[in-house]
Amino acid sequence: MKIIVCIKQVPDTNEVKLDPKTGTLIRDGVPSIINHDDMNALEEALKLKDRYEDVEITVLTMGPPQADVALREALAMGADRAILVSDRAVAGSDTWATSNTLTAAIKKIGSYDMIFCGRQAIDGDTAQVGPQIAEKLDLPQVTYVQKMEVKGDTVTVQRALEDGYEIIDVKMPCVLTAIKELNSPRYASVSGIFDAYREKNVEVWSAKDIEVDLAIIGLNGSPTNVRRTFTPDPKGKGTMIPGCDKGTVCELFNILKEKHII
Amino acid sequence: MNFSLTKEQEMVRKLMKEFSENEVKPIAAEVDETERFPRETVEKMARYDIMGIPFPKQYGGAGGDNLSYAIAVEELSKVCGTTGVILSAHTSLGAHPIYQYGTEEQKMKYLVPLAKGEKLGAFGLTEPNAGTDSSAQQTVAVLDGDNYILNGSKVFITNGGEADIYIIFAMTDKSKGNKGISAFIVEKEFKGFSIGKKEDKMGIRGSSTTELIFENCIVPKENLLGQVGKGFGIAMQTLDGGRIGIAAQALGIAEGALDECAKYMKERKQFGKPLAAFQGLQWMVAEMATKVEAAKLLVYSAADKKDKKLPFSAEAAMAKLFAAEAAMEVTTKAVQIFGGYGYTRDYPVERMMRDAKITEIYEGTSQVQKMVIAAKVLK
Amino acid sequence: MGVKIFSEKCKGCKLCIKACPFNAIVMKDGKAVLNDNCTGCGACETSCKFKAIIVEKVEKETKDLSGYKGVWVFAEQRNGKLMGTAFELIGEGRKLADKLGVELSAVLLGYNVAGLTDELIHHGADKVILAEHPELKLYTTDGYTKVITDLVNSKKPEIILIGATNIGRDLGPRIAARLDTGLTADCTKLEIDDEQKILLQTRPAFGGNIMATIITPNHRPQMATVRPGVMKKMSADSSRKGIVDKVDVVLDKKDIRTVVKEVVKSAKQAVNLIDAEVIVSGGRGLGNPEGFKLIGELAAELGGVVGSSRAAVDSGWISQDHQVGQTGKTVRPKIYIACGISGAIQHLAGMQSSDCIIAVNKNPDAPIFDVADYGIVGDLYKVIPMMVEEIKKVKEA
Repeated sequence: MKIIVCIKQVPDTNEVKLDPKTGTLIRDGVPSIINHDDMNALEEALKLKDRYEDVEITVLTMGPPQADVALREALAMGADRAILVSDRAVAGSDTWATSNTLTAAIKKIGSYDMIFCGRQAIDGDTAQVGPQIAEKLDLPQVTYVQKMEVKGDTVTVQRALEDGYEIIDVKMPCVLTAIKELNSPRYASVSGIFDAYREKNVEVWSAKDIEVDLAIIGLNGSPTNVRRTFTPDPKGKGTMIPGCDKGTVCELFNILKEKHII
Repeated sequence: MNFSLTKEQEMVRKLMKEFSENEVKPIAAEVDETERFPRETVEKMARYDIMGIPFPKQYGGAGGDNLSYAIAVEELSKVCGTTGVILSAHTSLGAHPIYQYGTEEQKMKYLVPLAKGEKLGAFGLTEPNAGTDSSAQQTVAVLDGDNYILNGSKVFITNGGEADIYIIFAMTDKSKGNKGISAFIVEKEFKGFSIGKKEDKMGIRGSSTTELIFENCIVPKENLLGQVGKGFGIAMQTLDGGRIGIAAQALGIAEGALDECAKYMKERKQFGKPLAAFQGLQWMVAEMATKVEAAKLLVYSAADKKDKKLPFSAEAAMAKLFAAEAAMEVTTKAVQIFGGYGYTRDYPVERMMRDAKITEIYEGTSQVQKMVIAAKVLK
Repeated sequence: MGVKIFSEKCKGCKLCIKACPFNAIVMKDGKAVLNDNCTGCGACETSCKFKAIIVEKVEKETKDLSGYKGVWVFAEQRNGKLMGTAFELIGEGRKLADKLGVELSAVLLGYNVAGLTDELIHHGADKVILAEHPELKLYTTDGYTKVITDLVNSKKPEIILIGATNIGRDLGPRIAARLDTGLTADCTKLEIDDEQKILLQTRPAFGGNIMATIITPNHRPQMATVRPGVMKKMSADSSRKGIVDKVDVVLDKKDIRTVVKEVVKSAKQAVNLIDAEVIVSGGRGLGNPEGFKLIGELAAELGGVVGSSRAAVDSGWISQDHQVGQTGKTVRPKIYIACGISGAIQHLAGMQSSDCIIAVNKNPDAPIFDVADYGIVGDLYKVIPMMVEEIKKVKEA
């Protein structure tokens, strides 16, 4: 079984803080990580590799040259092959343009039974690239995968809904997107880390290598444009109720009662 | 001169940081409080090849280097001194002598499971009357046919009782003093080998420190490690390497305390401003941070020398001497900065202070390190 | 579109570096230079006091987009019942349609769902496009995508809004890709540009740390998924009249490549944060999962539900369906009580429009106090039990 796992290197947005004086983002020291949901996708692929023979995992990403380290980490966790699509021409892509690039790369990879993505990336939270790859490859998709099982050429999936889940059968090849509930990702192993740098390789492909039409990628190929960005205004400061005893709590409830909040 | 880590080492650090934060830190206080050996952590470390970082893959190791191993001990010790020493004693003292001095058969039989983390290792040199003067060994080994018969006892053995494989030193010829000491690989199951009293310690309380007792213990002849009479050299060289591990442990404890201080000083307010705004305390942390950084360079440099197969004995001693004293100083100051809260078990700095003390004592006291260093300078 | 820095005008003041949300500007020889991270968002343009940065707009061959008219909203139904998001979208779509002076249509797919059309009209739709077919009874990506893209191709709406539910976020990107148009995910604000009459789609980005306004200038329809719980629905008016446009559905079983074998309602009670009037949330400050028992007690006394910060979910103390914030639910209850939550921006993004926010935290400098209406500095393990007691007293009185 050939599995392609699409990953993205993202800044750990949990670590991003706002400068209270200037209202700008403090990015110093914000670590780059493999996007959480993508780790779940990779873990599920690795579990299949643990369980069945002849599973080959290719990790694919689009990003700047620094994304090499994310792919090495995926290799250290146990992926077999790593491909980085890196080209100035893809910079500024929206999800439509990104899926065009990844689709072209997947076509160049050639054979696959399963394409696994994370549901969404924490720096964009769009959840669009997975389904858009599926559309462009004309494959069935199941998103929000919280549990899955492979039998023959069929994958039986639990797809999470807000108030439960659906059980869906889909035939391979297909596109799946993983959520946190699917599994807990393993760490890279120490020997995996040394192998990732010494024995394994990250292939770097340009836009030319994947033979993609430059008109449908990058900033200029994107149907959506960012008109402006701004920092949300914090709400004004409220009232601090002094102390931390019965009187304090009593006062709070008196105010709430006065204002008809309770 | 190159002061930056390789990409592999950086990734090992990232792995160990995440592992320590997620798997080790949450149980550190409980392990200390209840004196519980964290067996589950050892199993997890085995899963990620952390138990055999510096050994080649053919012997079950991760194929890494000593600097990566030191980083692993450092990161574990940042959150839990106990876990740091379990890994250090296992790798440097339990597994390394077999890698260095063992026959191919011994390596396959003992090093492979140790490096894979299926078995845990320990090292028995110290005796009630042979501490710093380790040549005064009273445990004896007598050859009887195909076996050596061991009699005597060892004390203060890290991983004692928990370990499966022990490197044990004993006199094969009392008349020869130092040159009459030999090293043996002893399995926990060997007849006549038992575990004695478990120490109730000030710090590293989750680590098991016990007495080992040999009463006509039967050790097959093929478990002699190295040559007869060469045990003292094996012990000393093993300890040279072990000191890098302990220095890394001390470094980690100091860094952990410094991190806690930095966090606390920004949160805690007195006289209407955070502690971080007081110059007197700023100067304290500046000194602490400088000591930590100096210790780090000494530790990494010693590990790097070992990786490059350069002489590292004095450097390892310097690293351990300096890092251990830095750990003691930094953790003591950390408790001071935390004030009354620092003295309570609500915060981890008092545990770090208790854990730090042992690094000035085991695998050669600070005084022994000075002897080693002076001997190198004055030779 | 592309960002250009005129180095002769650059004074090296680094303001643009601070303004850039993507770490895409670096200093080289005292001048600002772009790197590959640039997304062309233009945040730097306004930050530059020396007009050294220009966002170039490439004049594209402008397509004739005038053939696209009207606003559509996807009226999501499950099991024959309309989702709340359908009414929220109609409420929002109504405003957009009025501003543009066009018709607002609700697109309803399903089987035997004709009975739902009145409800949609009463809440503000001018028209309901009704597509019924046995194969549309349950949602499938393939079935719904085919029917909706066919409808779009024949009727050409200028705007389509879809609720950002687990179904909407499966369907939206697939439709947009098939139509080769843009899609903006999980919008929290929608407006019409006064001059260009295009849709301004505002959404949180970068983990909720910044907001971005996105446009789809040269493609139609303009598509957005909209975060549930953010937009306001209009109250129903049973005197409203509208048209039901029942369309023919061409759909074959073969078109659908997935088989929905079962839809399971979760055994555990769904945490309905969105409709809750009172939410009591716990964060990292609880120190352990046990703390949520206390949170639960307070919530129960107030007749509310338990929420949490991302930190508490990431620590495994509580399941993700309790999470409030950028990556969790956006809530606007009457009362939001934050206990041991420091107030990371990503949490604030999901709760700051609550009517009344009460924060309890040990740290007087916790950012949560900046958005709180009322704050108490203290140990939540002391304060909460006192609150529980106080509420009991209020109830008895």
